[in-house]
Amino acid sequence: MRLWKKVRYLFNRDSFDRDLQEEMRIHREMAEEKLGQLGEPKAAAHYEAMKSFGNATLSQEASRSEWTFLFETLLQDLRFDLRTLHKSPGFTVVAVLTLALGIGANTAIFQLIDAVRLRTLPVKDPQELATVRIADRNWVMGRTHGRYTQLSNAIWEQIRDRQQVFSSVFAWAGEGLNIANGGEVRNVEGIWVSGDYFKALEVPALIGRTLTPDDDRRGCGSPPAVLSYAFWQREYGGKPDILGNKITLEGHPFEIVGVTPAGFYGVDIGHFFDVATPLCSEPIIRGEDSMLDLRRGWWLASLGRLKPGVSLAQASAQMNAMSTSILEATIPAEYSPEAVKHFMQYRFGAFPASNGFSDLRGTYSSSMDSPLWILLALAGFVLLIACANIANLMLARASAREREIAVRLSLGASRSRLIRQLLSESILLGLIGACCGALLAQWLSRFLVAYINSRGRIYLDLALDWRVLGFTAGVGMLTSIIFGLAPAFRATRVAPAAVLKAAGRGMTGGRERFGLRRALVISQVAFSLVLVVGALLFSRSLGKLLSVDAGFRQTGILETDVDYSKLRIAVPQRQPYKISLIERLRAIPGVEAVANASVVPISGYGWSENIILAGAKEHAKESQLFDRISPGYFNTMGIPMVVGRDFNERDTAISQKVAIVNESFVKKILNGANPIGQHFQIEEYVGRPRPMYEIVGLVKDTKYYDLRDDFKPIVYVTTLQDDQPDEVAALLIRSPLPPGGLTSSIKNALADASPLISIEFTPLQRTIHDSLLRDRLMATLSGFFGGLAALLAMVGLYGVISYSVARRTNEIGIRMALGGQRLNIVNMVLGEAGLLLVMGLAVGIGLALILSKTASSLLFGLKPRDPLTILLAVLGLAAVAILASYIPARRAAGLDPMVALRNE
Amino acid sequence: MLILQCVVRGANHGYGIAQHIQRVSRDTLKIGEGSLYPALQRLLLNDYVAAEWGLSENNRRARYYTITPAGRRHLAREKRSFDALLMGIARVMEAP
Repeated sequence: MRLWKKVRYLFNRDSFDRDLQEEMRIHREMAEEKLGQLGEPKAAAHYEAMKSFGNATLSQEASRSEWTFLFETLLQDLRFDLRTLHKSPGFTVVAVLTLALGIGANTAIFQLIDAVRLRTLPVKDPQELATVRIADRNWVMGRTHGRYTQLSNAIWEQIRDRQQVFSSVFAWAGEGLNIANGGEVRNVEGIWVSGDYFKALEVPALIGRTLTPDDDRRGCGSPPAVLSYAFWQREYGGKPDILGNKITLEGHPFEIVGVTPAGFYGVDIGHFFDVATPLCSEPIIRGEDSMLDLRRGWWLASLGRLKPGVSLAQASAQMNAMSTSILEATIPAEYSPEAVKHFMQYRFGAFPASNGFSDLRGTYSSSMDSPLWILLALAGFVLLIACANIANLMLARASAREREIAVRLSLGASRSRLIRQLLSESILLGLIGACCGALLAQWLSRFLVAYINSRGRIYLDLALDWRVLGFTAGVGMLTSIIFGLAPAFRATRVAPAAVLKAAGRGMTGGRERFGLRRALVISQVAFSLVLVVGALLFSRSLGKLLSVDAGFRQTGILETDVDYSKLRIAVPQRQPYKISLIERLRAIPGVEAVANASVVPISGYGWSENIILAGAKEHAKESQLFDRISPGYFNTMGIPMVVGRDFNERDTAISQKVAIVNESFVKKILNGANPIGQHFQIEEYVGRPRPMYEIVGLVKDTKYYDLRDDFKPIVYVTTLQDDQPDEVAALLIRSPLPPGGLTSSIKNALADASPLISIEFTPLQRTIHDSLLRDRLMATLSGFFGGLAALLAMVGLYGVISYSVARRTNEIGIRMALGGQRLNIVNMVLGEAGLLLVMGLAVGIGLALILSKTASSLLFGLKPRDPLTILLAVLGLAAVAILASYIPARRAAGLDPMVALRNE
Repeated sequence: MLILQCVVRGANHGYGIAQHIQRVSRDTLKIGEGSLYPALQRLLLNDYVAAEWGLSENNRRARYYTITPAGRRHLAREKRSFDALLMGIARVMEAP
């Protein structure tokens, strides 16, 4: 009934309004008549009647609002807002652009956090998934391989056979697999999965079938493979008759039996799988390096679906309770009694895994002081500054619309109605900004992923989900309220009479109103100082990393990884074969030096061993970094020899074992004693021989894992004395030739040796570049944010000073007419700006001191409260700020007193 | 409630209602015009009163409000709850 009446009102609004107006007029007339009868003079009666009736428009408005729908006034407001925004396109464009940048940056970074951290796996009921691993593992011994080195296969089998809390559980491991047959390597993301992988995740096959426990039997002969939808499209163009075809993985044929649906990308966020094969096929691919039966090999991770009614805590308790029995059954034979003691202290637990696994989390979003969160905070600051800027613009507009608002107030508009209308304007701006920002974010977040993904191996699902959209909408609303509320309150708090009396001149007093603008500028300067300090910290840190002395040549060295396992060379022949390959490469014109190393510096790979020094008083055992190199390695890498000799062909498998150490080794392990002729042993696993090594040379220090690390002791042994040579080798080739021509001659030279050799090229410079990705990302983005912030703050300062100069035009005119010097005027204006600047900088320094501590773990070579950085930021910001306020100051000084006074 | 009570005796116009309340309450209650008309619109919207243009005693066009059956029911309800409230207040005030 009410609704129907309201709808009817919509169509009869005019007659309704006429009725109401007339009714009220009659009311007044009746009152007037009555007063007239009482003997009041006519004019007085009229006046009295009007007065007693009060604000007729307001009460009319109130009567009318009983009939209207809420959204109707909202629509009215929005229509009006669109008109006003359309009338001032400059303001609108600046405001929307500022907001879009601010919101876009925030959304893009949040999108990454969402994709890496918050999003659950795209499978049925992901909250039922849990992973079993060793809780608080702080000690590990043996071989670790892959991204998630949580379990050995022996332990996994024990868990699988003993657990009663999962309806199904599986283990998996990822590995880049070469699908090319010889020649240059083409890697795809492969995963080994145990039988219940697809059952536990409840992922059906799109075509064909998925893998089942029947496929995962020890010693499986011709294993099947399941492709991901993306890989099927990319590699095979989505051909439906793919089933039954063979795919070559590391030279071994696998039969394609199925394709998974489009939305499924595995459980490893950031590394979407291409090919899934059963766990039992690992020995086929890895051959003698297989870890399936290696009890000290850590390479698997598990995931299971909890049985209905079993809580995570119960599952964890059961896992913990069966720890000892699992461990007792899986002790690695090679462990020393001491290692076994450590091993038996492991305790298993179940942990939530609804959002899968991701190694990106550790690097980029592990805790509140990791890059993504810091970037989100920085972007938040930028948005706050943007808000302050728009609030300032809104205030300026409000003072331009002062008369309009005064007229509306005096015509009977209620203050709350006006605030609602002004707020709806800012919310409209916020919404437009948020939409543009969301669009911008799509591009920005992909740019960010491309940035941290120089090798093209990281894939993230960046599709918009409700979380990202909610975040953007929330940020948009919040910002529009932040920048809209205060100006709206201010604008409507005027005495209409005063404003109207002041005619065209605008209100003069308003000290307090101007105070808000000053406060906004001070906060802008403060926030932008924080951002500039952040930008300087990160870029100076990157600068220090780039100029750090790694101890070896970084340019002109090409790492060439060769794999000749397909040639099936017997162990004794491998060393000579590798030397023959090195000789071939040395013969290429333009190649200066070639060497082989088992660990390429900064590549992230490493090898460490406990050593036992001969003749040491206490049985000193310490874990030291090792590398196994061919003769000529130091020459190739430009590492200077201090004393002693390099390895040479007289060092053979049967001669005295020799080693070369670096200066840190002498300093830290030998306490500065002459290393030449000293002896040590490597603490091999129980039951293996422990030959004595003699130190024959000393070289300068080099970095090993990371450019940020201090120089560490390194022990070099030689490939010539390796009794178990690999069928793969990293060859380092030094040449001034451009990489393009060089790689093709290397390919030709190796193809001459055998077409079955797989080759992969990585310039050493790129390895180093990649190791600094996080630092580059931080420096680039924080620099961008800092610049943006400084720019916005300058615009804000410029606006406020210009406004103040415009308001003081008269005063300045009088001063000049009375003989004020131009310089004095400039100083006066600059002084005003300077005060704001100093206050802003003071607050900013305080904030920066508090906040910069969170960045400490990401910095290299400087303290988070580095005084020089803060000084530079202050000076830089002050310089641009003075520039920004000098322009209006000049304008003030350039005023013609006559013109200024006539301005009245 | 007061407005409904004013029109229960017969049709009346806005000014009449305001005057009536003021007169009957001997000037203790003075209903502001600013709230009278919104209140009347609310009553109209809820179908408690009906409005019609007519002629006033001195031949003036005026809008007359009459109470509807729903209005009477509403008035009775309101009266009961108001009486209960008054009685409650009285009991508290007169308690020893």
